[in-house]
Amino acid sequence: MQSSGWPSRHRVTASERLGPYTLLRLERGGVEPGVPGQFFMLEAPGRLLPRPFSVCLAPPGELAFLVDVVGPGTEAIASVERGDELAIFGPLGNGYRLDVERPLLVGGGIGIAPLPYLTEQLGGSPPVVLGFRSGKHAEAAALLPGAEVVVDPVLVTELIEPGFDVMACGPEPMLRAVAAMCPEAQLAWEAPMACGYGACYGCVVEIDGALKRLCLEGPVLDAAGVHTAPEKAVA
Amino acid sequence: MRILNASGCLDALAAPEVARELDAFVTKTVTPLPREGSAPPRIAETAQGMLNAIGLANPGRERFLGEHLPRLHELGVSLWVSVGGFCADDYAETCSRLADIEAIELNLSCPNVDEAAHSAAEIVSACRRATELPLYAKLSAAHPDVADVARAVAAAGADGLSLINTLRAVALDKELRPVLARGSGGLSGPALKPIALYAVGVCQEATGLPIVGMGGIQNGRDALEFAACGARDVALGTVLFADPGAPARVRAELATACADAAVATPDDARTLAKSPETERKVPA
Repeated sequence: MQSSGWPSRHRVTASERLGPYTLLRLERGGVEPGVPGQFFMLEAPGRLLPRPFSVCLAPPGELAFLVDVVGPGTEAIASVERGDELAIFGPLGNGYRLDVERPLLVGGGIGIAPLPYLTEQLGGSPPVVLGFRSGKHAEAAALLPGAEVVVDPVLVTELIEPGFDVMACGPEPMLRAVAAMCPEAQLAWEAPMACGYGACYGCVVEIDGALKRLCLEGPVLDAAGVHTAPEKAVA
Repeated sequence: MRILNASGCLDALAAPEVARELDAFVTKTVTPLPREGSAPPRIAETAQGMLNAIGLANPGRERFLGEHLPRLHELGVSLWVSVGGFCADDYAETCSRLADIEAIELNLSCPNVDEAAHSAAEIVSACRRATELPLYAKLSAAHPDVADVARAVAAAGADGLSLINTLRAVALDKELRPVLARGSGGLSGPALKPIALYAVGVCQEATGLPIVGMGGIQNGRDALEFAACGARDVALGTVLFADPGAPARVRAELATACADAAVATPDDARTLAKSPETERKVPA
């Protein structure tokens, strides 16, 4: 298990709306934010299982996660209020390799989540391209000032130019398209996940021809190694 | 009362610090041949429960014995190996190859395999001839009379019982299709606890064998309830997913729960439950 310690409870300092998404800010306490692309399991109040979220922002003393409500678990998490406490566990999994020469960050929808922290950790101002399904969803682009943004029916993959080290996160069809264009790309996937630390065997994806646990092998994987994609995440 | 993990709910090699908090680690079920397991999606959350259809994914007997077991021994944790198969000889062959472990748990009840298994007693009997290690039979509460199965495996030579496994169940998505790629899966979590308490109670009465009770244990009070119904030890399953710190937490809570119930130890909870004043209130 790559995380240090057990789940710990953290006070919510802010809950901000970004279009249909909710940016949840928590006191960091003694928890390290990890590498961009790594994730935390967040308690879903009133539910049995926690849900996985990549670190969106990690300013001093704080951790922020971007929540898209897709079911009862994410709804419970998006509904917590300032002053509430939430158990979190992480950082978990493997993040992006940061030793790239010409980074290009590609995000689709809620796949924008790990990119603000990734941008900060890469330093400088790497180019960012984002695609959203609607103008309302595109309000999340406020997290990445200067990013080039497109909205359906224009696809974000149309903005990818050759010669870049692509670092992407987004829905499965987008990641597949990116993988086809850029075999060297680093792709952050998601999968239904009950534990985040290799215990439940729920999050398997086909990697290098075998079903492997995304929480231990990923969630960031090299495009070349993935042959079948994870299914939709646990709502 | 000792605290174990439910088979398949923890990978001690991926999370050794969690395994070390247990009194014994139970491996994922080992089958003769490697199994990749079911296609994803494999898990779904339900009301007070969780469905899984992992499908006994495991490296197979040879790789388990050659690679995994030596690494597990290095952890310094007491080991139970969960053994599975599709005929009595499958189980017996694996049992005959195991040594230097604390016990063998025979998985006689996985809901996520299609192959028909021999009857529980026949498998236990074959394994009894194959090993002198303690044999725990893991039974399903789906049987109409689980106490009957318990009596049969006891007569066949089981040293103890693990109760219960998940129960076969289905969850549907918004479009009314099964969430799991396999269709059905095994239900675990708090929804199972009353069923498990009943099974533990009637099987303890039927056999007198030591029982590892499991099914929806979330806290120390739950563990104490299993003791009151006749479990000597307990195993944690689904709770480990949300809280890898559960073994130490449940152990601490168990002490508090004993104090609250005015019993000195969990075993005394059984005595209390079986006392003339309270006996009729508990199963069996």
